[in-house]
Amino acid sequence: MDFLNAFVALSNFVLIPAIAYGSQLALGALGVTLVYGILRFSNFAHGDTMAFGTMVAILATWGLQAAGVTLGPLPTALLAIPVGILGCAALVLATDRLVYRFYRAQKAVPVILVIVSMGVMFIYNGITRFIIGPDDQAFADGARFLINARQFREMTGLAEPLAIRSTQAITLVTALIVVAALFWFLNRTKTGKSMRAYSDNEDLALLSGIDPERVVRVTWIIVAGLATIAGVLYGLDKTYKPFTYFQLLLPIFAAAIVGGLGSPLGAIAGGFVIAFSEVGLTYAWKKVLTYLLPGPLEPDGLVQLLATDYKFAVSFMILVIVLLFRPTGLFRGKSV
Amino acid sequence: MKRLLSASAVAALAAGAAFAQDGEAKIGIILGFTGPIESLTPAMGASAELAIAEVNETGKFLGGTTLSAVQADSTCVDSAAATAAAERLVTTDGVVAIMGADCSGVTGAILSNVAVPNGVPMISPSATSPGLSNAEDNDLFFRTAPSDARQGEVLASILGDEGVSSVAVTYTNNDYGKGLSDSFVAAFEAAGGSVTLVAPHEDNKADYSAEIGSLASAGGDVLVVLGYADSGGKGIIQAAADTGAFSTFMLGDGMYSDALLADLGDVLEGSYGAVPWSEGDGATAFADLVGEKADFNPEGSYTRESYDAAALLILAMAKGGEATSSAAAANVMDVANAPGEPILPGELGRALDILAEGGDIDYVGATNVELIGPGEAAGTYRYYQITGGAFETVEFR
Repeated sequence: MDFLNAFVALSNFVLIPAIAYGSQLALGALGVTLVYGILRFSNFAHGDTMAFGTMVAILATWGLQAAGVTLGPLPTALLAIPVGILGCAALVLATDRLVYRFYRAQKAVPVILVIVSMGVMFIYNGITRFIIGPDDQAFADGARFLINARQFREMTGLAEPLAIRSTQAITLVTALIVVAALFWFLNRTKTGKSMRAYSDNEDLALLSGIDPERVVRVTWIIVAGLATIAGVLYGLDKTYKPFTYFQLLLPIFAAAIVGGLGSPLGAIAGGFVIAFSEVGLTYAWKKVLTYLLPGPLEPDGLVQLLATDYKFAVSFMILVIVLLFRPTGLFRGKSV
Repeated sequence: MKRLLSASAVAALAAGAAFAQDGEAKIGIILGFTGPIESLTPAMGASAELAIAEVNETGKFLGGTTLSAVQADSTCVDSAAATAAAERLVTTDGVVAIMGADCSGVTGAILSNVAVPNGVPMISPSATSPGLSNAEDNDLFFRTAPSDARQGEVLASILGDEGVSSVAVTYTNNDYGKGLSDSFVAAFEAAGGSVTLVAPHEDNKADYSAEIGSLASAGGDVLVVLGYADSGGKGIIQAAADTGAFSTFMLGDGMYSDALLADLGDVLEGSYGAVPWSEGDGATAFADLVGEKADFNPEGSYTRESYDAAALLILAMAKGGEATSSAAAANVMDVANAPGEPILPGELGRALDILAEGGDIDYVGATNVELIGPGEAAGTYRYYQITGGAFETVEFR
């Protein structure tokens, strides 16, 4: 019984939040890693790309809600995701046409593109705030819980509660589907293979007749899709506020770099590593240990490695450690 | 040149003498007329001047001495500018007492740099930082707003009444949150309660699951939330309720908001908290007075406290029998507290009559003024419970 209680407490406060957060980070990091692998620069505008795509999806959600369309227990926003992706794709394609293509033609070095992407970030920042404003926006509807704390206690008779929000479940399921689809696309379709070829060796790919502009376009569309889905899931699970998306940039980059920039598998692993360290290092393990350990060994203190104030420092620390000892990341991506 | 200097010195002396002969005294009003609370200060200033005008109208202050107000800008945030403005009030305008300042930071700066060196008493209507209670003030500093230290005690005593002995605390990570949290924890532990964990939270974050994880692990019967209703405090309560970590919350004054109830509804059922409140005869009398003689909202933030601050300074000087800084400083506590005849807003004339006859008054004012400890308002807090989706008053304390 004690063991079960310990496991439930751990799931409720560490495993479930970290898995949901990790999935959101993984989707974001996939977008960053694709841009890095194929377009060869770190896209600092990614957080605000997510914010823009999510904003379009939110506007569409409000439209659907006003028209009386709902998905029953599921959030209406899921229906609006395609609209969000379209809007976001249009924005990034226009940006590529107006901004990035110019620098690509000049064969600009990556560091210039990084600075350019920061400029783009500020523009996106402004556009999003201009359209929807800087405040919190509520757009979640449908059932809030798959199982809530009280129901769980009554069902199992355990002392510890367990709550699973429907958005956490949706996040995990959607992330699995999206990742599976992305890997199938990259490994099994002709376009996907040409993208990987372009990423591995640009000159060789050009010689084999691959149209570089087409590869770039497809990449941006996929990135827009990933960014919008990650953004909507994050917004549903937590809250939508443009500034918090900007702040997501740090953990997302940490995830992509830890996994290995340019490696899709690494991005996913990195997302979960960052999420679990953020939640796990700042968690007070007292309750779990009290259930697990025999009486005399029970801890008096909180057994908390880091105060929650240092939550954001965790991403930084992992970033520094990885860059020092394994600059190519866990999955042998490109060195930064 | 020498002659010019001595001439002006003589002129200044003469002016000083003329001062006393004419029976005129100046009170400085230093508030943040520019800066973050500039929308509140015009009404606060007008409220203080209302008290001064009321006294002048009676003509009973020290046998006909006229009072006048000199305004200055504290800026609320810039201590250097506030100090310079206060310095000007004291040295150039020659005020005998200061009504102000408003924000805690500039109030502390004016107190230590101007009021204490010059021996000028000041009464702040709105500085609530607990730090000011321990400031080195030579008994010159008073406030008609309750210190957050007092709020901490009130919150702790409410938990005592509810029979709660173990709590976890989370506060918004700024001076207000930290000060309130420190005073609450001290009061609660002194009363024998135990605090399992004190965790700060940042406002405007999307996700509070890490904070809630720690708080839940530390345990406690009630989660004390000392934050803002439209920001981090709300996120914390939402996350705590979602995970089933806590089901009862105690709310600090920043959490008192109708919007919070509308958003979180059922979650807060059975939770409780406290908020500074003014009610009773004093508040009504003040509203009537304002309706009759002035043009601002009598329910505006700190307008009541401003009227009381100015009235206390005047009555203290009347009690001391002279329009000087030392008379004001020495008698503020005396006129503010029992024993004596209770005085409501609009009754300053009657108070002056009683004082002139050598009687005692107990200034009640618009906010039930009762100065405790180092000279700060005890404050009346409304202890409420959330029942049926509404704030239900349990009692005032």
